Amino acid sequence: MHSDTAPWGLKLAALAGLAFLHLPILLIFVYAFTTEDRTYQWPPPGLTLDWFAVTWNRPDVWQAMGLSLRVAAVSTLLALLLGTLCASAVSRAGFFGREALSLLVILPIALPGIITGIALRSAFNLGDISFSTITIVMGHATFCIVVVYNNVVARFRRLSGSMLEASADLGATGFQTLRHIVLPNIATALLAGGMLAFALSFDEVIVTTFTAGQQQTLPIWMLEELVRPRQRPVTNVVAMVVVIVTFLPILAAYYLTRGGAETAGGAK
Amino acid sequence: MTGDPPLSARLSDVFWRHPRLLLAVLLAPPLLWLGVIYVGSLLALLVQSFFSIDEFSGLINYELTLKTYAELLRPANFDIILRTTLMAACVTIAAAIIAFPIAYYAARYARGRMKAFFYLGVMLPLWSSYLVKVYAWKLILAKEGILSWAVDGVGASPLLIAILALPVVGGSSLSVSYIGTFLVFLYVWLPFMILPMQASLERVPQNLIEASHDLGGRPGQTLRYVILPLALPGIIAGSIFTFSLTLGDYIIPQIIGSSRLFIGQAVFAHQGTAGNIPLAAAFAVVPIVIMGLYLWAAKRKGAFDAL
Repeated sequence: MHSDTAPWGLKLAALAGLAFLHLPILLIFVYAFTTEDRTYQWPPPGLTLDWFAVTWNRPDVWQAMGLSLRVAAVSTLLALLLGTLCASAVSRAGFFGREALSLLVILPIALPGIITGIALRSAFNLGDISFSTITIVMGHATFCIVVVYNNVVARFRRLSGSMLEASADLGATGFQTLRHIVLPNIATALLAGGMLAFALSFDEVIVTTFTAGQQQTLPIWMLEELVRPRQRPVTNVVAMVVVIVTFLPILAAYYLTRGGAETAGGAK
Repeated sequence: MTGDPPLSARLSDVFWRHPRLLLAVLLAPPLLWLGVIYVGSLLALLVQSFFSIDEFSGLINYELTLKTYAELLRPANFDIILRTTLMAACVTIAAAIIAFPIAYYAARYARGRMKAFFYLGVMLPLWSSYLVKVYAWKLILAKEGILSWAVDGVGASPLLIAILALPVVGGSSLSVSYIGTFLVFLYVWLPFMILPMQASLERVPQNLIEASHDLGGRPGQTLRYVILPLALPGIIAGSIFTFSLTLGDYIIPQIIGSSRLFIGQAVFAHQGTAGNIPLAAAFAVVPIVIMGLYLWAAKRKGAFDAL
């Protein structure tokens, strides 16, 4: 331990950096209440709650929200299954191609999203697969695997092998060990990974633009509004709701994995 | 118990005796998924970049050729590649400069609640919606937005006008200039630089810093000769993210920026309305190659230990 204090210049620069990261998001919260509906005028000429009611009655917003939730739910389940399988294989004894496998899992988010997107699209074209909810899920599950994988691999590293051996010595079958030893131990890592995967899928736009066809997820709806603004106040409200909806799983994932060596979402 | 043991017990015995079989069962689903869907798609993309498009009929000519890659070297297309790479480099350097104090303070001085505050303070912007962040900057940079208002408030409007009058980087307002594009890229990718940087700074041994002080090193010298070299792998790891993400993004320059294209936009335009899939594929290969070279260089510096 050391007891020296930070130079004030450093502290100031660090806090200014954090402020730079947060002020734009806070601004969204103010704009959701503005009475101005044609420009992005600041300061807002007045404050109102009307736009919440208007947004509530918009079927297209609800439809996009519904599709996003469905896609995120299915992609998360697929990613949980595939990511956990992958993590348990990698945390076992070394095998040929183990390094290559961990690289393969990380690749979909290490390469720019547009490459994953256009690669999937050109494959769908070559294979004559028409765009549907399934094609969106295929893209999302692919890059969601890694967040589940990261969380579960970190947890397996902490789970000592002697516990599994003790379970086997006491006569448990592999499935009983899985049910009573492994699953309870990795449960919170699964939950955290699942929430991060959900947040990642719920927010994804780049890959989705290539795999969605005519369907609109919520981010695609927002992108439309950004490119061709029609309903600025509704966009403001949706933006605020999206911020709140994504913050909650991140906070939850943080509290679930706190104390461990792993950092939830450290490698988005 | 009489008779055969239940199926689950027998299966469990088989797996116990043949760990390789269990490994195969565990590996098959993720390998099939990533191998077929993802790697298959990447290969499909790669193959398409070697096709070419017939200039008259506009149909794809399925013969392997390097013609499409030669197309990339045409001035108009090469400009796009240069512009994007330059932007990625600027964003990466600026992100490293802004990220350092945050990462350094969080790694070396923040304890307990302050540490959690900094961690969440970086994590929440990282995970909040990408489009919402871009949208927020559209609000900030708009002519009637908060930035112009603030600049006007402190009486610095002439300065802003002078900056916007600069050739190339300026424009009629910040939201249609390169400066605007740069600011948004910097904002959106900054957390990706902070996290690995902080991770590597946490690992700088305290006693080396004390040794440097004891030997009479001034704070600046300690930073330059002790801390920075030890933190370099983390900085490179962070730069991989900021560089790669800027190279491949097509939404930010489309919403905030001048009408001149970036690589991502070129890919999107060629595969969409133009229907020139081979050229789009060749454009998409460019960031892969640039990142490949970058990763190769980074690996030699040992950056992957900090990921």
